Amino acid sequence: MAAVTTPQRNLSAPPAGPSAVAGLKDLVTRNVRQSGIYIAFVAIIALFAVLTGGLSLSPGNVTNIVLQYSYILILAIGMVIVIIAGHIDLSVGSVVALTGAVSAILVIRGGQPWWVGALAAIAVGLAVGAWQGFWVAYIGIPAFIVTLAGMLLFRGLTQLVLDNISLSPFPSDYGRIAGGFLNGLFGGNGYDVFTVVIAAVALLGYAWSQFRARQARIHYQQTVETMPLFVLKIVVVAAVVMWFAWQLAHSRGLPIVLIILAFLIITYSVVTSRTVFGRHVYAIGGNLPAAQLSGVKVKRINFWIFVNMGFLAALAGIVFSSRSNAAQPGAGNMFELDAIAACFIGGASVSGGIGRVGGAMVGGLIMAVMSNGMQLMGVNQNMQQVVKGLVLLLAVAFDIYNKRRAASAR
Amino acid sequence: MTSPILEMRSITKTFPGVKALQDVTLSVQRGEIHAICGENGAGKSTLMKVLSGVHPHGTYDGTILFDGEEVRFGSINDSEAKGIVIIHQELALVPFLSVAENIFLGNEQRHGALIDWNRTNAEAAKLLARVGLDENPTTSVGQLGVGKQQLIEIAKALSKEVKLLILDEPTAALNDDDSEHLLALLRQLQGQGITCIMISHKLNEIAEIADSTTIIRDGRTIETLRMKADAVTQDRIIRGMVGRDLEHRYPGRTPAIGEEILRIEDWTVHHPTQPERVVVDRASLEVRAGEIVGIAGLMGAGRTELAMSVFGRSYGSRITGRIFLRGKEIQVRTVSEAIGHGLAYTTEDRKHYGLNLIQDIRTNIASASLHRLSANGFVNGNEEIKVAEGYRRDMNIRTPNVMAQVGKLSGGNQQKVVLSKWIHTNPDVLILDEPTRGIDVGAKYEIYTIINRLADAGKAVIVISSELPELLGICDRIYALSAGRITGQLPSERATQESLMELMTKEREQV
Repeated sequence: MAAVTTPQRNLSAPPAGPSAVAGLKDLVTRNVRQSGIYIAFVAIIALFAVLTGGLSLSPGNVTNIVLQYSYILILAIGMVIVIIAGHIDLSVGSVVALTGAVSAILVIRGGQPWWVGALAAIAVGLAVGAWQGFWVAYIGIPAFIVTLAGMLLFRGLTQLVLDNISLSPFPSDYGRIAGGFLNGLFGGNGYDVFTVVIAAVALLGYAWSQFRARQARIHYQQTVETMPLFVLKIVVVAAVVMWFAWQLAHSRGLPIVLIILAFLIITYSVVTSRTVFGRHVYAIGGNLPAAQLSGVKVKRINFWIFVNMGFLAALAGIVFSSRSNAAQPGAGNMFELDAIAACFIGGASVSGGIGRVGGAMVGGLIMAVMSNGMQLMGVNQNMQQVVKGLVLLLAVAFDIYNKRRAASAR
Repeated sequence: MTSPILEMRSITKTFPGVKALQDVTLSVQRGEIHAICGENGAGKSTLMKVLSGVHPHGTYDGTILFDGEEVRFGSINDSEAKGIVIIHQELALVPFLSVAENIFLGNEQRHGALIDWNRTNAEAAKLLARVGLDENPTTSVGQLGVGKQQLIEIAKALSKEVKLLILDEPTAALNDDDSEHLLALLRQLQGQGITCIMISHKLNEIAEIADSTTIIRDGRTIETLRMKADAVTQDRIIRGMVGRDLEHRYPGRTPAIGEEILRIEDWTVHHPTQPERVVVDRASLEVRAGEIVGIAGLMGAGRTELAMSVFGRSYGSRITGRIFLRGKEIQVRTVSEAIGHGLAYTTEDRKHYGLNLIQDIRTNIASASLHRLSANGFVNGNEEIKVAEGYRRDMNIRTPNVMAQVGKLSGGNQQKVVLSKWIHTNPDVLILDEPTRGIDVGAKYEIYTIINRLADAGKAVIVISSELPELLGICDRIYALSAGRITGQLPSERATQESLMELMTKEREQV
């Protein structure tokens, strides 16, 4: 295509080879602006490390945080996708209870093996998701209403199927889902070599994929960070991951739940950022009529967003019932709010179109580290609620402040 | 000559990294209608924000004299207290509240702590009479058209005892009748001693109504023209705005028209919520390869409705009629089918229907053609950037890179992103709905050039526009639409504004 006739202004020249120092400074300032939430996360970790005299970073406690909050993180993965598309899901707490109950009835009352319970729970989760997706996508009822109804409906169904009593305990193999560890495969001297090896393998994979991505960007003549900076980034990530693995290895090894969670985080990060489906989710949340006029099959996408949420709520239901070793009528109460808070702390936009799986995970972890730290310090339950509420408010305020500053600095 | 009511002296306003206004001077005489012209991004809006206190005193350099004394506004409330009221292009009315409630919003007619509804409605009725709007004050604003809403904004300004009324593109969204009415009202207000500043892109209106015109370019005052004394023409204003003579407002082109690409027969569309209302009535038209076809029609004639119903039934109900692509009948039930058949449609309202403003250029350009940029459901992000970069250069989208957020671009650049997005779907037929609305003169020329390039590449192009000179300037053939019916077609060398207008109003007179 020929160039148009008006004079061209050439603004496309990439900054030619900035020095490593300038590059680093640029990287830091850019990231401070973009990722205020990550810095807040590090600050909160440091704060509680000091307040608890290092107890919060002990091997046993790090393991504990992973086990204790995994189901909220699983819910937050689905929730952030729902929120990016401009919806909300208030029913996930009830769905966690319902799926856990169905599983318990089959495994505890029916004597079925653990996987039958798990599959049944997932089937129920998918059915719930399809039900809510149908009303939201094809009938056009706002998700707030549909899932508010769902919250009551599925809680009621849970109480009906459980006859208002708890079912417990699960057989031990069911408990391994949330309480099990992969360890001892390679032996070790006071720590679990297997955990460290897995972490190292994962890191090598990470470094390789980052290198490949960098090569591809160079191939497409885009600007990339300089090599020393690139290496530095990998080294920092490696240090954090290895420290984390080291702590786990010194406690009970690699939690099975962490493997599930890592798999989900990676999968859904790729789905949201690199697939056509993910793009369509952002398009719907960012500008619905424009998405429609661009050929996005809005109804279908909305439907599957809720089916996916049901699936992840079922996974959370399995993990939670496994961890609490019971199915209770009141299980999962208020989980929806924790999951929603995680998304907003992690930078998702209330009006849709903006948000990231990684952000929601950090948001969830901020809440996890705080609750856990306050428990270690013996802060009473009521006070914990107050602090969590304030942190949600401040985190979002901080994020807005940062964005505004970034906007005015343009 | 009377004393100036407003003098802005050496106003300089800097945003981090950008000098938005540099030493701008504006002098407005008492009781005149003063137009401000300039390309988008020239600094008109910034100047008005300085004047109305949106940018408070202290954030800019220079002085403002109003009614002979220096004023220092800390907020909009300060400027309104002095009688300066600004009406923004995007109207600030609450659709669910009544006309009277909107007029006195923030300025409630109270009786003690309670609102005096009788007085509110009675005062509102008086104000409505002053602006010539025959509506009940208790009607909710959302039920009224844009033209009437504009009048309510003016009534609201009058309720604040306005001395200086600032209108930002008041007629941009109005049809000809409503624009006419609005301009007449401004003259009437002028007779009542109200001074008026009007920002507008419509040079014919400026030529018709303004007493003087200040031209701003690149953040500087270029000149102030006394319209009557200097016998100013539209071309004279354009020369000031772009800093050079635009000898041709429309780029030249030698049409090479080929075989028929798209034909629509007996296309009838009913209103989506009132199915008994016929919006498009047995319309038939065809476009050929390399041809630019215009659709002219007054607002409400069914232009956009025709286009959107063809484009995957995005509008309307009970749609009947047949569509042929290269002589073969096709079914176009959804937008994806339309894209699959090689149709593209760019909306008249790019902000609400065309673009995802919170996303970057790259994502927007790719959004209608992700199937071309992906394999097995995975998007090739690098290829996407490469494609977007290509369009940024070809289309001359003025931004450092394609990671810039679309919402921060000017209207012309946004429109180029919309065009890039649809060109990348590789269409055979492009339906462009008001492709130059809200775009400044220089960028319009660029858009016309792009349209010509598309036709030269053998695409069939349909342009819908309410600006008749534009249709006459770029089209090969023009259909006139009136009350949903195609009332005629003219090759553009034989068409004139008058002959088109006659066709466009034909049906209405018969009804």
